[in-house]
Amino acid sequence: MPDAIDVTNLTKIFGTTIAVDHISFSVREGEIFGFLGPNGAGKTTTTRMLTGVIPPNEGTARVLGYDIRKSPVLAKQGFGVVPETSNAYTDLTAWQNLMLMGELYGLPRSRSVDRASELLRALGLLERKDQKVQAYSKGMKQRLILVMALLHEPSLLFLDEPTSGLDVQSTQMILALLRDLNLQGTTIFLTTHNMEEANRLCHRVGIIRAGKIAAIDAPEKLKTALDRVHTIEVSYDREVPGDALSRLEGVTSANRTGDKWQITTENRDTVIRSLVDFGRQHGAAIVTLNTIAPSLDDAFLRLTQEEAL
Amino acid sequence: MNPTAFSEQMRRAWAVAKKDIRIYYFKGPVLIFGIFMPVFLFLAFLMGSRQLPLAFLVSGLVGMALFFTATAVSPAIFPWEGQAKTLERLASCPITVEAIIFGDMIASTLFGIGITLITVLIGLGLGLSLLHAITLLGGIVLAACCFSAIGMLLAVPPTNVPSNIMMLSSLIKFPLVFISGIFIPLQQMPPWGLALAVCSPLTYFTDIVRYSFTGASYFPIPGDIAALGVFTALFTAGTMYLHKRTMPKRM
Repeated sequence: MPDAIDVTNLTKIFGTTIAVDHISFSVREGEIFGFLGPNGAGKTTTTRMLTGVIPPNEGTARVLGYDIRKSPVLAKQGFGVVPETSNAYTDLTAWQNLMLMGELYGLPRSRSVDRASELLRALGLLERKDQKVQAYSKGMKQRLILVMALLHEPSLLFLDEPTSGLDVQSTQMILALLRDLNLQGTTIFLTTHNMEEANRLCHRVGIIRAGKIAAIDAPEKLKTALDRVHTIEVSYDREVPGDALSRLEGVTSANRTGDKWQITTENRDTVIRSLVDFGRQHGAAIVTLNTIAPSLDDAFLRLTQEEAL
Repeated sequence: MNPTAFSEQMRRAWAVAKKDIRIYYFKGPVLIFGIFMPVFLFLAFLMGSRQLPLAFLVSGLVGMALFFTATAVSPAIFPWEGQAKTLERLASCPITVEAIIFGDMIASTLFGIGITLITVLIGLGLGLSLLHAITLLGGIVLAACCFSAIGMLLAVPPTNVPSNIMMLSSLIKFPLVFISGIFIPLQQMPPWGLALAVCSPLTYFTDIVRYSFTGASYFPIPGDIAALGVFTALFTAGTMYLHKRTMPKRM
């Protein structure tokens, strides 16, 4: 599958601060790529470079096959941008904002009207289309800028914290729309702080720390790769010998916590099989068996704090 | 559709111009400022300089009206939009920096022309006769382009604080009015004053307006038009080059 975004050695320096330090990564066509990192890590600066808002000091970024510095107009024609803070014109109505976007993307008027009506309806704003944006709530503004970004049917969508500070209704509406768009083939580059959101939405996530890429992988792989030693919780319906449990193949340690045993291992598969056989041998039925995986939060914290530690 | 084609970028510049007119120019205070400011300056000089003929003062009024209106709003648009983050929206759209600036220039040119035509009507209402209407109209259009380019040049410093730009703008605009033969005829100026006057595009426009109302001009009219044309080309090229460099610093 070709890459929708291909970044090589991208660097941005503000004064003496290296905001983004020679990062390289790619985003495949049709994937949802989460870009995570703590505040000030360089997420927004990277997004701004990729969307052609600010130029990099070094490196290249090819977006939809076009070098964002050499052919910015051609690249921008193919993507839409949803920034963290709403940047619709508050003195214009939602409809006027959308017609302006239509003209800036060179859409025929009839196409703009059809798309705007369709998208405003889908995001519950059609009835208030003739109201000035200054009277909109934060959630409504955020939904409007999503509509503005989607008007020209982009094949790539950049979103910077799209659900930050929104009510549940707006958040769910936006996330559902993003899933639908992705199913229809839209590539999504999502900058977020929300690990749960990234975990549920993204095919792959990249974690940036102090301007450098700390890790890139699928959320599940990232979580498991971080912790080589896994924890398994098991409980049987009768007492079992703890020393025999700790001698099972693959078990690193076995500790009793209440009516459960907490087993640590580097090989979950072998240990789960051993625990099943162990119960059978001792005539004990398994009541619960849980593998405790690290969350993406854990992975994020580990990766972003590694340097400090 | 090729989004990089000149015609396509011009269409997008027109969209920017329409947005500017709707948001920034069709506002009561802007319209009132555009008309009242030159009218009050005109009245002040009318009362204080009774020996100057009405045709001379009305020409000055027309010159000031165009200069003040074409440069009134455009210097503040970028700082306003930088502050409201709407400039970032424009920067992420498939439109070149040149087309954005051209769109802003179109808006201030049209606004300048509209208000200036009102002052021409005031002159006609005061009993003056228009001897060279086509020359005046051509001069107004050319000078409006020139002054709107000056307005955009004033917005080059990459600050997002409109008051900073407005202060700089006033510091440059008011002295220009006083060296451009609006209140003191060029014939009466000392050599150093004349040397300053030839550096101001407003001088040539005021000369064209005077010719249109009185039939007499200080410079030959083709010379006035050529000078305005050169200033327009220089300021337009300069503003586009400089904004391209400073635009990312506003983000």
